[in-house]
Amino acid sequence: MIPAAFDYEVATSADHALSLLGSDPDAKLIAGGHSLIPALKLRVARPSKLVDIGRLGELAYVRDAGDKLAIGALTRYKALRDDALLQEHCPIVSTTAGLVGDPQVRHRGTIGGSLAHGDPASDLPAVMLALGAELVIRGGVGERIVPATQFFTGVFQTAIGPGEMLTEIRVPKLTGATGWSYVKLSRRAQDWATVAVAALVHRDNGGLAAASIALTNMGATPLRATAVEDALTAGAKPTEAAEHMADGTDPPSDVAASAEFRAHLARVVGKRAIEEALSR
Amino acid sequence: MRSVAITVNGERRELQLEPRELLVYVLRERLALTGTNVGCDTSSCGACTVLLDGESVKSCTVLGVQADGCEITTIEGLAMNGALHPVQQAFHEQHALQCGYCTPGMVMAAVSLIESGEAGSEKAIREGLEGNLCRCTGYHNIVKAVAAAASVTA
Repeated sequence: MIPAAFDYEVATSADHALSLLGSDPDAKLIAGGHSLIPALKLRVARPSKLVDIGRLGELAYVRDAGDKLAIGALTRYKALRDDALLQEHCPIVSTTAGLVGDPQVRHRGTIGGSLAHGDPASDLPAVMLALGAELVIRGGVGERIVPATQFFTGVFQTAIGPGEMLTEIRVPKLTGATGWSYVKLSRRAQDWATVAVAALVHRDNGGLAAASIALTNMGATPLRATAVEDALTAGAKPTEAAEHMADGTDPPSDVAASAEFRAHLARVVGKRAIEEALSR
Repeated sequence: MRSVAITVNGERRELQLEPRELLVYVLRERLALTGTNVGCDTSSCGACTVLLDGESVKSCTVLGVQADGCEITTIEGLAMNGALHPVQQAFHEQHALQCGYCTPGMVMAAVSLIESGEAGSEKAIREGLEGNLCRCTGYHNIVKAVAAAASVTA
């Protein structure tokens, strides 16, 4: 499969990328390309121009930002997996990054590319939603910060507007009071998640004070399982709370699973995720 | 067309590429390095795995222009002075191939895995090769070969 023809420019800085993007309304950014190149080959994406930001070292980092960690959008999955700051303060991100695709994909794919692509079957979007991450979007007139709850707007659709780029992701530092888990089920090791569940549980005085649960591939966007969160906070056991895992979702039917099977899997996987989070 | 310079198996190659040309076709059709196979062409099977700056990548999902200024190693670049690379030698000794189609990609993925220090156990090797499919299902001997090569190069 060969993509349709396009022009290609290499950005030398984030500002340069924005200026190249602004000069052509049909231009798209390419980072690792592991979402975009398959789409180009299938010709479901036909940009007039690609602006290559894949080598912008200025946007590949994980930094301590007080009570948060700031992650550059061009940080690759392997770098996320191996990052000492993430492993210490936000291990759900480093661990999940190590579950994306396969080693070859993790050598190329970036967190910003994954989030900007807006695929509801991708792993990091649900983790960002569960964490309450903030996404920094830069445009011609400056930066704006969008919470993860408002970032994902539809299948392959996000809050990033024309001429804008995602530059940084800010995630909270978790303390020992927070247990975490990301449990993913797929038919083959390297596949997208058929269903996955991200779970964070916040303990207080030996009890469960709050829970944050997010679902991968159970609708057009990653979804918060609010009924499960409410049940857990009200004192329900994981098994009881997980029965609500598919409430209010609209899972797809495809070759991997029917919508009904996905709803079942969400309850099974969700229970495992809650139990693992409570054990950490 | 765009001018690029890619170092392939230690040799600098200057090329004029269309931006849409995929790295695997640059290697196979422009440089006649046909050891790298095209399998699924959808970044699933790993048959087209090569090393880009030392790390395994699926060359059907990299644009040739993205490799500008980079070092690429293909299966043709592993043997040195007529001696097989330890991973190639181990594949030979452990009979780690049946039809052989996945083999170049398997070998390159294994080289990357061993060099990154992630081939320390059978479990790690099995997980580390999750991006490469063998449709002869010859995985057992492949894993044995990678373990043998890892112990030789460690």
